[in-house]
Amino acid sequence: MTDLLKHIFRCCVFIFVQVFLLNEVPPLHRYVSPHLYYLFLLWLPFRLSRISLLLIAFFYGLTLDAFMHTPGLHAAACTLMAYVRPFFISILLPKEAGETGYPEPSYKSMGIIPYGTYIMLLTVVHHLYLTLLEWLQLGGFLLFLGKILASTGVSLLLVLITELVFSRKSNYRTNMS
Amino acid sequence: MRNILLFISRYSHLIVLLFLQGLSLHLLFRYNRFHEAVFSNVLNEITGSVREGYSGIEAFFSLRRENDLLREENARLRNQLKEDYAWPDSSSRQVNDTLRIDTLVQYRKFVYMPSRVIGNTVNAERNHIMLHRGAKQGVQVGMAVTSPSGVLGTVIGVSDNMCVVMSLLHAQTRIVAVLKRGGGYGEVSWDGADPRYVQLTKIPRTTLVRKGDSVVTSQYSDKYPPGQLVGFVERISEDQQSGTFDLILRTAVDFRNVHHAYVIRNLQQAEMDALRNRIKEPND
Repeated sequence: MTDLLKHIFRCCVFIFVQVFLLNEVPPLHRYVSPHLYYLFLLWLPFRLSRISLLLIAFFYGLTLDAFMHTPGLHAAACTLMAYVRPFFISILLPKEAGETGYPEPSYKSMGIIPYGTYIMLLTVVHHLYLTLLEWLQLGGFLLFLGKILASTGVSLLLVLITELVFSRKSNYRTNMS
Repeated sequence: MRNILLFISRYSHLIVLLFLQGLSLHLLFRYNRFHEAVFSNVLNEITGSVREGYSGIEAFFSLRRENDLLREENARLRNQLKEDYAWPDSSSRQVNDTLRIDTLVQYRKFVYMPSRVIGNTVNAERNHIMLHRGAKQGVQVGMAVTSPSGVLGTVIGVSDNMCVVMSLLHAQTRIVAVLKRGGGYGEVSWDGADPRYVQLTKIPRTTLVRKGDSVVTSQYSDKYPPGQLVGFVERISEDQQSGTFDLILRTAVDFRNVHHAYVIRNLQQAEMDALRNRIKEPND
């Protein structure tokens, strides 16, 4: 129960930060659009079934879309990310996902390098798809490439800062407790 | 049959993914229709109430700036009052009679309805502004929206108490505008790059353009009252092929600081539309 509340709280905070802080920041450049909200999906527990992961991602994306008046844009990117997430976890995690003592992905549960790769790959997937969809509506190939690179870089920086500032206390589950 | 069930159970993730992707892409590319059907009724009210709470905090920090803007506007309007025009009591006294316009409503063309801004973006390629005024307060789709300092955009979605405005900073914006001094007509659009600048294209080469010229809405517009500020000429370039000027304008409104808006209603719109429809008919 407390786990569920924790994730709902996280969801609200990420949406708030994305809508009222990151979208309000004056852009450094037209290529740079910072995103942090998708970290919520990266932090979801290992043991969620893939279907529920997809559904959570879809409705989470749709919530953000409701605030940004882009129906479907972020929902599409989120569902794709949720679909590929288990593949990356199973590749990057030596043990079967869910058998680690930790409930959710973090640098403690996966190790710094696999976790970094996991974050980076999914960030690239997210921005690639998001920018592709935007690009289909407004042309310009240079804009497309530049935006993927710049936005991915800035978002990764934001994720790094978030990881450093909020060290999640994920307690190791043992048979003792 | 068994094989089909096996197939479905095996690829259920993929099927769910494809379904959700299809759904979101459908929403995305059917943007305008969906927007009116669902967004305007339910989601606008919900996200609107959240944004309203937040904008209350945000507005506090720009009170001084907003006050200055409103004071300026008040001063400008007060200068137009007829009490300001007093002549010595002689035969040449001029009476500025506005009574006729106010009592007989049909002569009035535009009505301004004040409204608070509760949501605004500038960083996306399609920016929207949300106002706390909706259908119950007289807003309809297609009405023009201005701020004390200039043109903001057009209403594209209305719910009971909120409305969504397509900002001037929107990739689909097209507004006919005119150079106040030179008089050339052109079309205002936005390329999605910098929220401080918009583009004015199709200005004839014969027009006299100088840097700093004001660009205002034209009198041909149905929605905008003539003379609403759009921006000031910042850079001039020539399009050699079509023989027209392409101008870059600095927007009159600082889109990062918009807190008050006027929704403008054209009272003669119905008559204009009816006339247009009547003209079209013989051709069909």
